[in-house]
Amino acid sequence: MGKAMKNREGAVMILGGGIAGIQAALDLTDLGFYVYLVEKSPAVGGVMAQLDKTFPTNDCSL
Amino acid sequence: MLTNADFLALEGTAGNFTATINMRPRYIDADACTACGLCTQYCPKHHVDPYNEGLAITRPIHIDYAQAVPATYYIDPSSCLFLQHETCQICVPVCQSHAINFKQQPEERKLHVGAVILSPGFGKIDPQTLEKFSYGKHPDVVTAFEFERMTTASGPFMGEVKCFSDGRHPKRMAFIQCVGSRDIGCNNGYCSSVCCMYAIKEALVTKEHDPEVDITIYYMDIRTQGKDFDAARERAEAIGIKFVRAKVADVTPWENRLQLTYATLDGQHKFEPFDLVVLSVGLESPKDARKISDITKVDLNKYDFCATNGFNPLQTSQEGIVVAGAFQGPKDIPESVTQSSAAASLTAASLKKVRGKGVELKTYPEEQVVAEDDEARIGVFVCHCGINISSVVDVASVANYAGDMKNVTYYTENLYSCSQDAQEVIKKKIKEHKLNRVVIAACSPRTHEPLFQETLRDAGLNRNLFEMVNIRDQCSWVHAGEPELATIKSKDLVRMAVSKARHIQSLPEQTVPVTPKALVVGAGVAGMTAALNLAEQGFDSVLIEKGDSIGGNLKNLHHTLAGDEVQSHLKSLVTKVNGSKHIDVICNAELVQTAGFIGNFASVIASGKGQTKAEQTVDHGVIIVATGGREHRPDKYLLGKSKKVVTQQELEKQLAGKAKSRAPGSIVMIQCAGSRGDDLNYCSKVCCNHALKNILKVKEINPDSQIIVLYRDMRTYGFAEDAYLEARKMGVVFIPYEVDRKPEVTQKGAKVQVRFFDSIMQEEVVMAPDLVALSVGIVPDDTDTLSKLLKLPVTANKFFLEAHVKLRPVELSVSGVYVCGLAHGPKPVDETIVQAQAAAAKAAIPLVKGYVKVDPIVSSVEQDKCIGCGLCTSLCPYGAIVMQKVDGKRKAETVSASCKACGICAAHCPTFAISMGGFTNEQLISQIEAFGATGDR
Repeated sequence: MGKAMKNREGAVMILGGGIAGIQAALDLTDLGFYVYLVEKSPAVGGVMAQLDKTFPTNDCSL
Repeated sequence: MLTNADFLALEGTAGNFTATINMRPRYIDADACTACGLCTQYCPKHHVDPYNEGLAITRPIHIDYAQAVPATYYIDPSSCLFLQHETCQICVPVCQSHAINFKQQPEERKLHVGAVILSPGFGKIDPQTLEKFSYGKHPDVVTAFEFERMTTASGPFMGEVKCFSDGRHPKRMAFIQCVGSRDIGCNNGYCSSVCCMYAIKEALVTKEHDPEVDITIYYMDIRTQGKDFDAARERAEAIGIKFVRAKVADVTPWENRLQLTYATLDGQHKFEPFDLVVLSVGLESPKDARKISDITKVDLNKYDFCATNGFNPLQTSQEGIVVAGAFQGPKDIPESVTQSSAAASLTAASLKKVRGKGVELKTYPEEQVVAEDDEARIGVFVCHCGINISSVVDVASVANYAGDMKNVTYYTENLYSCSQDAQEVIKKKIKEHKLNRVVIAACSPRTHEPLFQETLRDAGLNRNLFEMVNIRDQCSWVHAGEPELATIKSKDLVRMAVSKARHIQSLPEQTVPVTPKALVVGAGVAGMTAALNLAEQGFDSVLIEKGDSIGGNLKNLHHTLAGDEVQSHLKSLVTKVNGSKHIDVICNAELVQTAGFIGNFASVIASGKGQTKAEQTVDHGVIIVATGGREHRPDKYLLGKSKKVVTQQELEKQLAGKAKSRAPGSIVMIQCAGSRGDDLNYCSKVCCNHALKNILKVKEINPDSQIIVLYRDMRTYGFAEDAYLEARKMGVVFIPYEVDRKPEVTQKGAKVQVRFFDSIMQEEVVMAPDLVALSVGIVPDDTDTLSKLLKLPVTANKFFLEAHVKLRPVELSVSGVYVCGLAHGPKPVDETIVQAQAAAAKAAIPLVKGYVKVDPIVSSVEQDKCIGCGLCTSLCPYGAIVMQKVDGKRKAETVSASCKACGICAAHCPTFAISMGGFTNEQLISQIEAFGATGDR
């Protein structure tokens, strides 16, 4: 993601690092923007990281 | 990535915000922590583990789970002995990498950002709501989230399902649906939209663990309205999971079990004993929703979710702030992922002018040329991983063993190969010893290969001149009890890697340029929205429509369930599309041929009416498929035979007209007419809402109208549940019917007669309403042609099949082709708009970059050996290998930009003409031979 700069232009803040925040961050960096992904817990992943399998294919969630 | 961070303030306006963030200390230096886990082993204090829903005990110093990102431990100050009582500090000397730092202080940071995306997720239902089910009073009543941790193989019970009370395996289990959802008692009138799916999933998983367990799911409506979701319910029923339509009154302890009291539709009260009861708890608005709203000034709806509008579903009330995920309304993973991509594209459009300004590109030194016949000079680095590897494997002996091997010029041990200083050492040694191959024996390439490859590039070596051996997961971890054998195995793996390394070659970093233009097929709301979003991001598209004019199904709709007017929105959309200098609209047009691959498509478009069609070729980099769908017309219930039988769409049109009697005095609506196992095998997701929308309109025009709805499951998911409640309050009667006892519609003179079984009164009813309205479902518009033309897979129901149902919901398996709208599956207008914006985000990625990177490990064909059998082409799931005529002979050729390097073609080629970069037959055979040549270990 490059190094942090002061008064960086083209930056976006995403509040919440669950699956929604992570996906938005990945897409925005691919679209040419710098992202601050702000998450209140010590790790990103949110609830999806707590799930065992996902419906309906029962694929592993992690 | 700013974790352990609280959002404190937001100032400024769109394009120029300043956010204030408080970074809480982890008390562990993230750069130094190697996630070895020693600290947790030594920490003496217990800590209830929230990651495991409180079902397990961890320590204040811990990491939530092994795969957590960032992979840094942290100290929870609430239970740490030092941070609470200034004692202990055992962890400090235990940590080999001196990562623990109790002096860390909270740090406030100001972030200058142009836009904000809110994705705080959802909250938990208040435990008070669960009390009537004995939750908190009896240990064998658990929430579905707790149960999820229980069934997880890596969870605290290693997947074993048991009762908390005495550890016995439950013989009878119940799931109770709609706990904390569709419940005005706890002010959550909405449907949480995910619980039916996860309950079915958890029930299926439980059955896998223990086929003997008897499972009953108590429900009001099973809302498996998502794409192909009904099939999972059928699978569950087929393996014996019982579904009982009933309202559960309470759960009470009964001897050593639990007694569940419920009322069925016919008014009977029943009791059933169970060993374990799982509560399918709903999704609450996030705990800090009001705080976020206070800081950002975004409006909330009455349930404290973020308020948005159906035609712009992610735009909050504040410019520059968009929302994604469950905060916008309860939703599942694919919907959240789709919204996130859509939020990204909206943000990208609003910040178009500063795109790319915040990102710096890294530069690398010029790559050293390593010729095929240059002598291999291999450097082997064996990692201790702190004591993670070295406490089991004799690392020095492995390193020395490697040092004796042919071509190994240099060998050493690293305490932590992944540390920053180790990278410097590796770079230095590459230069000092003129190494041209590097083997690192450490942890998993899944997590660390990119890091080491980066180090090689920094040292001027091609990143493919690298081989990684996983002696942690595959040796020290799995053979922790047999250190000698683990050491021998480590030597075997290193020997094999060195042997392969002798044969590995530099592979070129290929990039393919991209034509910065999109082709959008279909100009309904999906295609128009996608093209407009791309235009807002600054990209051209050609928007083709097979009909006379753009607009699609929106032309047939007049208002939404939320009460928004459709036609004025359509008009403004059409005006924007026609007025955009970035969009070239071609009506009466169809795609007749497409050649090429991502970044470089060339399509032939035929347009014009009648026999003489004009053909033109368009060069473009990406394709968005938005071919839409249409109303299904079942040959049932006298549809098309009686004027008194109409579809919901026809009723909507009638209601939008001016006729005095447009809202008849009595209406019977039949849901799932031709759907869910009839003509159509699936649920069309929109029909229940469509029926309710019309009901409310009829009632608005003619409050005395008598309406009866015959349904199987009312699927008014999300906030649409409010409308369902409103309709019932207005006296609309909803009667469920069973699939083997469908209603019948017959002609009786000038009238129609409806005969159905009233499951509430338990008797047959005959009525002669003024009108019968059928909810008929949606079929895709000819997906066959495009599927053949572009080699796109479709589902059994003829909708396009996305690349991954959860994580890549708008991408198709062919690179550079994206899907949105009804072509992907039935969905309402707001979801279509979001999906179109998401497709635009994905399509814009290669357009923004201007090139497509080709992974060096793609397949390549040796054309001399190719016999042109075409087996590879037929097997490739990505359309990435094509047959070409070379000197009059058929030869296979890899389309590098589309190849995913799965290796199917190489494995099946009968003449070994295909090889995979970095995994050639020569390399793999040398590795296998080295495995057998054990020699003296």
